[in-house]
Amino acid sequence: MSRKKLSRRQFVAATALSSAALITAPYVRGAYAAGKLSMGFWDHWVPGSNKASEELVKQWAEKEKVEVQIDYIPSQGNKNLLTIAAEAQAKSGHDIFAMPTWWCHSNSEQLERVDDIMGPIIAENGAVNGTAQYLGQLDGKWLGVPACVGSQIKGPCSRIDLMKKHANIDVQEMYPAGSPPKADNWTFDTFLKAAEACHKAGFPFGIGLGETSDNVDTAGAIFQSFGAQLVDAKGNLTVKTDAVRQALEFYKKLISFLPPDVAAWDDASNNKWLVSGKGAMIMNPPSAWAVAKRDAPQVAEQCWTHGFPAGPKGRFAPYLPYFWSIWNFSKNKEAAKSLLVHLSKPASIEKMVVASGGYDLPAYEKLTKLKVWEEEGPPKGTLFHYPDPYKLQTLSIAASPAPPKVAQQIYFQATLTKMCLRYHQGEAMEKTLAWAEGECEGFMRS
Amino acid sequence: MVDVTLQPNRVTATQAVRKRSGLRNALRRKSTVAFVMALPLILLILILVVYPALYSLHLATLNKSMAKFVGFGNFEFLFKRDTFWLVVKQSCIFAISAVIFKALIGFIVAHFVHNVPAKKQRKWRGMLLVPWVIPPAMSTLAWLWLFDPSYSAFNYTLSFFGIGPIPWTGDAMWARFSVILVNVWYGAPFFMIMYLAALKSVPEQLYEAAAIDGANWWQRIWYVTLPMMRNIIAITTLFSLIVTFANFDIVRILTAGGPLDHTHIFATWAFRVGIEGSDVPLGASVSLFMVPILAVAAVFILRDISKRGNEA
Repeated sequence: MSRKKLSRRQFVAATALSSAALITAPYVRGAYAAGKLSMGFWDHWVPGSNKASEELVKQWAEKEKVEVQIDYIPSQGNKNLLTIAAEAQAKSGHDIFAMPTWWCHSNSEQLERVDDIMGPIIAENGAVNGTAQYLGQLDGKWLGVPACVGSQIKGPCSRIDLMKKHANIDVQEMYPAGSPPKADNWTFDTFLKAAEACHKAGFPFGIGLGETSDNVDTAGAIFQSFGAQLVDAKGNLTVKTDAVRQALEFYKKLISFLPPDVAAWDDASNNKWLVSGKGAMIMNPPSAWAVAKRDAPQVAEQCWTHGFPAGPKGRFAPYLPYFWSIWNFSKNKEAAKSLLVHLSKPASIEKMVVASGGYDLPAYEKLTKLKVWEEEGPPKGTLFHYPDPYKLQTLSIAASPAPPKVAQQIYFQATLTKMCLRYHQGEAMEKTLAWAEGECEGFMRS
Repeated sequence: MVDVTLQPNRVTATQAVRKRSGLRNALRRKSTVAFVMALPLILLILILVVYPALYSLHLATLNKSMAKFVGFGNFEFLFKRDTFWLVVKQSCIFAISAVIFKALIGFIVAHFVHNVPAKKQRKWRGMLLVPWVIPPAMSTLAWLWLFDPSYSAFNYTLSFFGIGPIPWTGDAMWARFSVILVNVWYGAPFFMIMYLAALKSVPEQLYEAAAIDGANWWQRIWYVTLPMMRNIIAITTLFSLIVTFANFDIVRILTAGGPLDHTHIFATWAFRVGIEGSDVPLGASVSLFMVPILAVAAVFILRDISKRGNEA
């Protein structure tokens, strides 16, 4: 039996090699050297749209050596809201979550601030619109990165033929594709006359007064156009003001020109109204038009998405952004931030907007003139004015500028549409205002 | 001395033998075996029912941001809100009227089915159970389309008779009617099957004796059928009252609480406040408010049953 002897030189060499290997091991980049990251993204209703975000995430993950897991969570049945509530309670779950509108503020205590990445993103993409700032910032600190996926403007989608024939309004001339709008006369007076004319002709505007988002968003923009706020930015009650009275008077007139069942409308009702060919206008992102393109092409060919009418205090359009936020219990915050920077690159944003057929809207100033909105059709250019490329509207959300935690209550309790209905159903103006004031007082609880 | 030194060992040995035999005896006892077999279910109930119930109690005592203990503060706040009392009133209207109609329809249909010849009875039983076996979220969607504000199939049919259009979900009164109707449609088969089982257990001799005494059909129902079914009626009513009070899916899908909050019940309003409004403690308080109402109903109904049991 031979026994090999270890020389001193061999021993020193072996020790040096193993020490070097041990020291350098953490720096050798294996397949998933930078850990794991999980995302709860909004499940897009446009087929194939999720694929774009998935590809972008994978591309980043391969480069950064991070193991990723994406869950697409639908908003149908408020599944995303339930997941947010569950993760907030459990202090465990995804690293990044797509927070809709109010949820950054309602979970602000548990979200990682992302100012360090928002600075460079804004420098590259341009300023963020006011509503995204209102919903995404607390005390000047960012609670999430504005996500283009799922963000939308709920502006008017008109029937070109019906508006021309019955209201004598050429929406294509007013909002021409490729050039600035000529919409000085597009005011709420003109809008009301058009609503009356189309109602008489048997094609009423499809504006709901139910308790769901689409109904509340339209009411919010109209109230803001009259300067009507229920609670101001400082949290003071401002229900009993002339501006609120004016907005209610306007709505009372408008409701008489709407379909009789609008009190029961949900978010699908206006889409069905347009696709069935029964109405001359709805307030919606281009989802209704996209469905019409598939199910009723003759209707889709006549649809034109454009800006909101102007009221005494300006031209406001409902804007509902999503945010990608990082939970403070995330174990890989740096990787999460790196991914969000990647998803916010102009090329990434354009890829996602194109995949959504122009539905998704970036919140950044420099990204409102992408080619996709010029090219989508039929008719070609129907979406050109959807992202408000000439910044003629103030993008807003119903119940703002009230402090977001109060505004969220006003929004989800549909106080605005309830006020309109109560007043229209014959309740005295002051009684309606007193009711709304009582509701808002309750919403202020902390 | 020796004895003294040996004694402790003997005691230990005896104790060990006693312990072993004690365990064996315990396992031999029926109650222990029953407990062991029920243990998985007990654990499941502890995890899925008791823990969430206690957790919701804890949540109901916190402030909106869940950072401060406020005791009964949330309930005090709710008692001052008009909408809350509207919800209490509607929950009572919804649950009580739906349970009465379910019981009434179930009772009548059970009698019809009971009188169908045995061979055909199985088919009828199967068909009549269909509404109860379809998941309510699915069947309510079908009802939603039937009641659709703009394209209601009911309104289309009624238009041939010059009736309507009826705002099924757009008017407060009709919306309440619609949600109760769907709940009755869904829940009546449960009453039917329970009552049918009870009817089958009524001894035929009692009816024969009543017939000899000259009782008409109403007297047979009043003096024979109903007294014999009293316990099952009480139990099904209690069970259905609990389930109907806690209903969520039918109202949520059909009206989401509208118009003007006139169809909200505890669960839908708790969801609106707690999840959509991000005020989880207040939502928990709303849903917990069902407990005392149902507890009072349960005490009355169960006391009545045990009283009759003692009389028997």
